[in-house]
Formats: sequence, C-alpha cells, structure tokens
Amino acid sequence: MNKKQKKNFIRIIASSILIAVILLLPVSEKTKFFLFFIPYLVIGYDILLKALKGIINLKPFDENFLMAVATVGAIALGEYTEGVAVMLFYQIGELFQSIAVGKSRRNISELMDIRPDYANLEIDFEKSEIKTVSPDEVKVGSIIVVKPGEKIPIDGVIVEGKTTLNTSALTGESIPREVKEDDEVLGGCINCSGVIRVRTVKEFGQSTASKILELVESASSKKSKSEYFISKFARIYTPVVCVAALTLVLIPPVVRMFILNTDALWNLWIYRALTFLVISCPCALVISIPLTFFAGIGGASSAGILIKGSNYMESLSKVRYLVFDKTGTMTKGVFEVTGVHHGIMENEKLLELAALAECYSNHPISKSLQRAYGKEIDKTRVHDVKEISGHGISAVVDGKQILAGNAKLMISEKVEFTECHCAGTIIHIAIDKKYAGHIVISDIVKPDSALAVKNLKALGIKQTVMLTGDSKRTAEKVAEEIAIDKVYSELLPQDKVSKVEELLNQKDLGENLAFVGDGINDAPVLSRADIGIAMGALGSDAAIEASDVVLMDDNPLKISKAIRISKKCMRIVYQNIAFALGVKFACLVLGALGISNMWTAIFADVGVMVLCVLNAIRVLFGKKS
Amino acid sequence: MKKTYNIEVDCANCANKMEDAAKKTEGVVNATVNFMLLKMTVEFADDADTKKIMKEVLKNCKKVESDCEIEIDE
Repeated sequence: MNKKQKKNFIRIIASSILIAVILLLPVSEKTKFFLFFIPYLVIGYDILLKALKGIINLKPFDENFLMAVATVGAIALGEYTEGVAVMLFYQIGELFQSIAVGKSRRNISELMDIRPDYANLEIDFEKSEIKTVSPDEVKVGSIIVVKPGEKIPIDGVIVEGKTTLNTSALTGESIPREVKEDDEVLGGCINCSGVIRVRTVKEFGQSTASKILELVESASSKKSKSEYFISKFARIYTPVVCVAALTLVLIPPVVRMFILNTDALWNLWIYRALTFLVISCPCALVISIPLTFFAGIGGASSAGILIKGSNYMESLSKVRYLVFDKTGTMTKGVFEVTGVHHGIMENEKLLELAALAECYSNHPISKSLQRAYGKEIDKTRVHDVKEISGHGISAVVDGKQILAGNAKLMISEKVEFTECHCAGTIIHIAIDKKYAGHIVISDIVKPDSALAVKNLKALGIKQTVMLTGDSKRTAEKVAEEIAIDKVYSELLPQDKVSKVEELLNQKDLGENLAFVGDGINDAPVLSRADIGIAMGALGSDAAIEASDVVLMDDNPLKISKAIRISKKCMRIVYQNIAFALGVKFACLVLGALGISNMWTAIFADVGVMVLCVLNAIRVLFGKKS
Repeated sequence: MKKTYNIEVDCANCANKMEDAAKKTEGVVNATVNFMLLKMTVEFADDADTKKIMKEVLKNCKKVESDCEIEIDE
C-alpha cells in the first residue's frame, strides 16, 4: 500500500469503529443522527469536496457528486446508517481497486521487465578495472563485462569468453543458447554460466531490450473497439441514470397523487432514486477492460509474442484465414542435403567430390554441400575451377574432371543422366564425363510446422494458405507434408500482395486474414493483411516496424499460441462487459421496483468491480503449452 | 510532435476524463491516456510551446478530476 492507500485504510477502520460504537451507545435516535455525521465526514470528506469542486467547474455528473447526493439524501430521509455505510463501502471498493490495479500493474510490468539496471564498463583491461555505470552512458564500441547471473545490458558482440544465455525474457523460449567469441548477443538476455566481454554495437536506447519495452508500452495506448465502446458508454451512462433517477422521483408520485388519488409516497420514490445514483458509477466497467488488455499484452510478451496494440489483440482473435510465407516461416530457410541418389560410388565419396568442386563458391547451395561433407576441405586437391553461369561448375579434383550442376549442364556436356523425382534443387555429378549420380538439396520443414497447422485448425482457422516464390513441386510437397489447404507457388514478391488482396476480397465481414512472414522482403504483404505477423524478428527492425504482431523466435507454434491468448483475452473482455452491465441493469430494475435497496446497490457496484478485476487477471494464467 | 508524460490518477474513468480534457485543450492535436501504465501521450503541433500547453492541460484535467497530477518536466 502506498501513502494514500494507507491513509484511506486508516479512515475506513476509524469510521467502521465509530459506526459500531455509535450504534451501541444508549442514546436517543436524534443524538445518534447527529453523532453519525462524525464517521460520515471521516470517510467521505474528500468525496464531498470533490463533488463541490465538480459543481463549481460545471461538471456535475461525476461519481463523487452522485455518491454525495445519494448519501446526503439517505441521511436526510432518516436512513443515516445506510448513508454512512454506502459511503464506507464505496471507499472500501475504491481502496480495493487501487490496490488490485497497482498490484497487477506491478506484476505485469515485472513480467515484461527486461530493462537492465547497470552495465559493467571496462575502463582498463590490463588492470581489469571495471566501473558500474548506467546503461545510458555506455558508448557504441565500448567493452562491457557481463558476469554470470547478470542481464546483458546492451546489444553487442562477444570479444572474449563463452557462456550459455537464457533468452526467455525476450523469446519465451526456455532452452538456453550457447554463445562464444564473435557471436552476437542481445540486451535483455541473462548470462547463465561464464564471464563474457562484449563490445557494444548499439546505444542503449537502440538496443533490443529498449525497443521491445518501448513497443510494449506504446502497445496498450492503441485502444481497441471495446475500449472505445466502454469509454463512450461511460460518458453517457452516468447522465442517463441520473435522468432516470430524476424521472423516478417525479413521475410515479405525481401519477399516484393526481391519477390514482392515493398517497404520493415521496420518501419511498426519493429513496429508490437515490439507489439509482449509487448504481450509476461506471468504474467496474471502465477499469476491467483496459486491465484485461494490459494483462493480455503482458502475458503474451512474456511468452515471446509482442502484440502491438489492444486493437490488434482484438483483430487477432478474429483471424479465420492464415496465409504463410514458405521460406523461413514454415521451413528453416536454410538448404540442406536431403539425399544422394543413383551414385556409382559411396554417398560420402560423391558428396566429397561435389564439395571439393564447389569449394570456391559462396553460393548457398555450395555452402550446404560443404556443410553436409562436414570435414576440412583441402583446396590443393582442386584445380581449374570454371563456373558455368546458370549451369554449374567444372573443376579438376584429384586429377579427374568433375562436372557438378543442373540438368542443363549435363545436356550441354552430353552426359546421360537420370532425372530425379524429388522436390528441391538437384545437383548432377559427372566424373570424366560419366554420370556419377545426383545430390538433392532442399529446404527443410521446421519440426513444429505440421503441429502448428493442426493447432490452428483446432482454433477455428477456416483456411490455411501458403505463398512462395519456389517451384510448384517443392511448394506442393511442403504443403502436403504440413497439411496446408491451398498453395500458390512461383510468385514474385508483388504477386504475393495481389494474392493476399484476392483472399481479402473473398472473406466474410468480421473475419480477418493474417499473414505470417519472416519480415525479409515481405513487408508490403505484412502491412496489407488485416494482421501482419512477423516471425523470428528478434533484432530485425524492419520486420518489427512493418508487422502488428511480432513473434520473437521462429517457432511456428507461437502463431497458434498468440491466437489462443488473444481469444482468451477477448473472451474475458466480453465476459466482463456482459457481467458488469448485466448486474448494473438488474440492480436498476430491482431498485426501481423497490426490491433492492441501497445496500444491495453498493454491494453490486463494489462486488462487480472486484470480480471483473480478478477475472481480468486470469488472462495471465493459462495452459503453458 | 509527440511527448509522453507520467501521470497520477486513481480510477480508470477519471483517466478517460483526463484524456477528454487534454484533447479539448488548445494546442493539443491528440491525446491518449494509458491508465495501466499511468502515462499520457500528447501530440502537439510542430512548433508548439509544449510546456505552456501542458500547464493548460493540467489545469483542464484538474477541473474534471481534482486529484490528478501530470509530471511536466522542466
């Protein structure tokens, strides 16, 4: 509790004791009436003052004014216990709200806490002199020392030492990452095992941790439709209830007096109108909606999913069509040797020859051959390397002429070869113009892609679509493997935009289309879709900029997790709206009929708020899958 | 030009009222109050005297919610 909350807590205790004492005192009703002003003023003086200020500033319809009128009215009607009690409960409710909101604010902020407090700046390496400074003061290119258990304050490159990093604060991924010299490290990760010296490459303000924090903070400022609805509703709700209360005071007694010719029962109707005023405070509604979104965004960010605004949380929950990019999204985006066929020698031997022939090339295909070979390449065995553009390579290895390339190369060199039925890039090899077999290189589907698509289907996604620039055969194979509904292949980047537009036109109203890409050269598509989801965006500013939802690592399972969180969040938002409105209207009706009184009204008001706040916090807890 | 200020306010509805009051202040292009983070983001015209406008914003906010506070840095 802060100072203000403590003060209010003491006021609540003091006035409760006073009320109890006065009730037990053996004095006349009249004395009690006057004595009750003491606890009333103790508990309500600030409300009365604020109400007065509201009147002076010509803004009368605020809840302070309403509480003041309701309680003063009750006291004037002789229901002084009730008047004081209503004020007391109102204050208890306010105190609870303030504590609960403060606590969840702190909890959620802690979840998102990746801000480092300090940096160990190295002043003199020889004397190992280190100074602890604020991360703001560290210049680009400085050397900082990060000890085990400390947060890496700023993005940089390791110059000395190796360690394992806990990246879970950034990615939600709990498996530690091993890093060594020359590896890039990101601010916000926790160093687990060894001491490392890091040369900073960015200023603190530009570092990943700062960027993410900025993103999350600005996220909850982008309001959703539900939030706008509630604030609009709150604006008209209070005046409308006040007018209703006034009608209740005037119409029924007048009708009774002049039409029914019976007693007007003024006191009864005034009391019922005052009950209305107690119910007219919109706080429960207004507090629970932003709190739910805030908790949702906080919970998602602790799972490595950045949702850039409450509005995107809302749209994400309505996604029915999911369009994926292939390379880097559903596949690893790195080429690997997946097969060696029709070899006239051992596979390893063929691979070795191919790797040697391609050893001077930097092409991704050559690199994957070298990776698959896995051993040190002795370049002295290779001579006369000729690159035949668009075809492949000719080289002399161990005195034999090797041709490595596509079918065109084999045809132009008049080598008979066997066609391959596999999807992917095929490298045919010929030794001294004799066919020696071929190597298949293809992009590998991520291990979780199939499960991710299945999960999405279970979440009510109507259609999954894959767009790719790759060949039809490769695309269809991948689509089949992970059970994607539709696939469009051989697309140029601008074709992807028009395909997405086509799909956008097909969907029904209230359904959203999300595009998932890795943020590399698909920024236009990301911004064209209803929701752009960038994947594996850690450290890529362009992707973070262009998308609405950022998945910090490249695990496709995060897509379904993001949608699940958004759905849960929206479910709770609607529950809270329905519950709070329902209880309020029920109380209004019961109050008008005289079934409920001021006691139930204040309990409804405070109770609804408590339950809504607790319900909102529920977003944070969920299945950890 | 956008600037963000720390604010103090007790209830969510009061935060909404502050947002309205800030929006209506002269010199303010747009304003959003984030109750959860207790921050007010105000958008000014490019050459505006932000400090002067913020004093005005605070005055207007005080009218709707006398308890509120805005940290206007010097």
